[in-house]
Amino acid sequence: MPSMPDRRGHFGVFGGRYIAELLMPAVLELEDAYKKVRRDRSFQAELRDHLKQYVGRETPLYFARRLSEKLKGARVYLKREDLCHTGSHKINNALGQVLLAQRMGKERIIAETGAGQHGVATATVTALFGLECQVYMGSEDVQRQALNVFRMKLMGAGVQPVESGSKTLKDAINEALRDWVTNVRNTYYLVGSTMSAHPYPMMVRDFQSVIGREARRQILRIEGRLPDCLVACVGGGSNAMGLFYPFIQDPVRLIGVEAGGSGLETGQHSASISAGHVGVLHGKKTFVLQDELGQVRPAHSISAGLDYPGVGPEHAYLHSTGRAEYVAVTDDEAVAGLQLLSETEGIIPALETAHAIAHVARIAPEMSPEQIIVVNLSGRGDKDMGTLAAHLGVSLSS
Amino acid sequence: MNRIDARFRELARRGEKALIPFLTAGDPDLATTRELVLAAEDSGADILEIGVPFSDPTSDGPAIQRSAEIALEAGSSLPRALEMIADVRTTSQLPLVLYGYYNPIFRYGVERFAADAASAGVDAVLVVDLPPEEVDELLPSLRAKGIHFIFLLAPTSDEARVRKVLRRASGFLYYVSVTGVTGAAPVQPASIRAVVESLRGQTDLPIGVGFGISSPRQAAEVVEFADAAVVGSAIMRVSDEHRGTQRVVPEVASFLRRLKDGIRSAPQG
Repeated sequence: MPSMPDRRGHFGVFGGRYIAELLMPAVLELEDAYKKVRRDRSFQAELRDHLKQYVGRETPLYFARRLSEKLKGARVYLKREDLCHTGSHKINNALGQVLLAQRMGKERIIAETGAGQHGVATATVTALFGLECQVYMGSEDVQRQALNVFRMKLMGAGVQPVESGSKTLKDAINEALRDWVTNVRNTYYLVGSTMSAHPYPMMVRDFQSVIGREARRQILRIEGRLPDCLVACVGGGSNAMGLFYPFIQDPVRLIGVEAGGSGLETGQHSASISAGHVGVLHGKKTFVLQDELGQVRPAHSISAGLDYPGVGPEHAYLHSTGRAEYVAVTDDEAVAGLQLLSETEGIIPALETAHAIAHVARIAPEMSPEQIIVVNLSGRGDKDMGTLAAHLGVSLSS
Repeated sequence: MNRIDARFRELARRGEKALIPFLTAGDPDLATTRELVLAAEDSGADILEIGVPFSDPTSDGPAIQRSAEIALEAGSSLPRALEMIADVRTTSQLPLVLYGYYNPIFRYGVERFAADAASAGVDAVLVVDLPPEEVDELLPSLRAKGIHFIFLLAPTSDEARVRKVLRRASGFLYYVSVTGVTGAAPVQPASIRAVVESLRGQTDLPIGVGFGISSPRQAAEVVEFADAAVVGSAIMRVSDEHRGTQRVVPEVASFLRRLKDGIRSAPQG
């Protein structure tokens, strides 16, 4: 498999740089700056040090004994990104990019967020380095994820609710792009997933690949062999790319789990690969949920972090070559997955992550105890308790 | 000859500068847009930009966003906009630039789009999110049909990018006068004069300036050194104020006449 992306940021026919001329110079400047730090030992050492001392890496690769026994099949390991500082994998990328922004001399950071995990990670690292931070968040997500909004504000970030369109992640990205186009000279856009124009999908993947590098080393140490299968949830796809990428040359099945919402047949979902068409949105060519006239359709998922009508271009590529498989899990199945992990392991995953658990619950029973699944436990569920309680009809205020 | 080239040639002969207004196809409905196009021609528009509404207009400010939302709700789309243009073409030879985002064109099919745009009577296409780096997937098909692809240059474009754009550009150059979305900040004519004059030394193409021109005076200041003033959001604001009433067409027409009078009053540079 050739190394991806190519020089112009294409993963096969996907990816690219479909952005306004006003932003092209900024994207080229970023590409240049990233090329330099990618090979720069002092940058990599600084990043490693912060990942260890501040984020708390490496995260455990934990054998989920009771979950595995309950599923009566493959042995399931959890890559515990929920134990990262701030409670999700998002900080790996936020930290890498904020270090880069500093080297580029940018003093103002903007970000978009859906579930608020990337917003929190960005607010965290900008507080850590004393930078100005503005987070765009759809007003619907501001309500769904009030706790994360409060966390961001506590750390000094401005949170701007976005009222346009579907008032979710896609509209937050639109508004972040409008801010960037206006303040491009002093502002760094800290993209939260393997999305947007080149070099973002590659760069975010690289910063998240620490997940897969650790997991590969850990499983070889514990089991003396590679896993049979990796499973991760996919919204934009950063936790999945981070886990998959270091295994891409290995004979290991890669499974991305998209948000099936109320079911693919209802049209109320966020499964861009399973049910979308190739299109161009937010700087990249990829699978996009859209109508036959090329208008983007609002996505739906119980988890705000997966509620996006597109997907990272490298996932689109891995799907098109058959190297990775993509499946969908509904809201109800995800909730059941969350409950399963909570009850068997005492670990409450984020609703995003619960999609991956739900798919493990489908495939593990069909595998043998000699087989190994590694799941990316990308985030913790505390932020979702309000949403979950509402979904289950439980009142929290009594 | 492409209608845009012919129009700029004619204006140059008369020593005049161009007014390029913008209208969203389908705001508030396609029948009214058709009326607005014809009224624009009578009111001094030299070339007209027709916006194809898109669900995620990341380069546009509130006025054009809102206009696009209304047009989409009214059922506007790329094929409907092309139908309207074909209809306008039965009575008008006003040069038309189709403005929009790439996804509706990509979904329609690039070859099919080029063919249908040409037969509808489109003279140029401006795709905001198709920079020189990606333009090869559309430009050759358009050019084969005699349609210009309009490139944008911005205050952030350095000399290398200017050269890259000039190698491919045809029709006219569109200089984005402010860093920002459409209609967000007022144009500062003094600060862009030097840039436009430097471009002038590198190309024979007419140069239009847009983003942030909202008054006849600003239009007049810009055409002291540019060949055309592009006005979008300010027209959307006029049409927003009168949307849904009988006044929308006459009010937009009257605003365009004032813009054109401003342009005519400018000292010729």
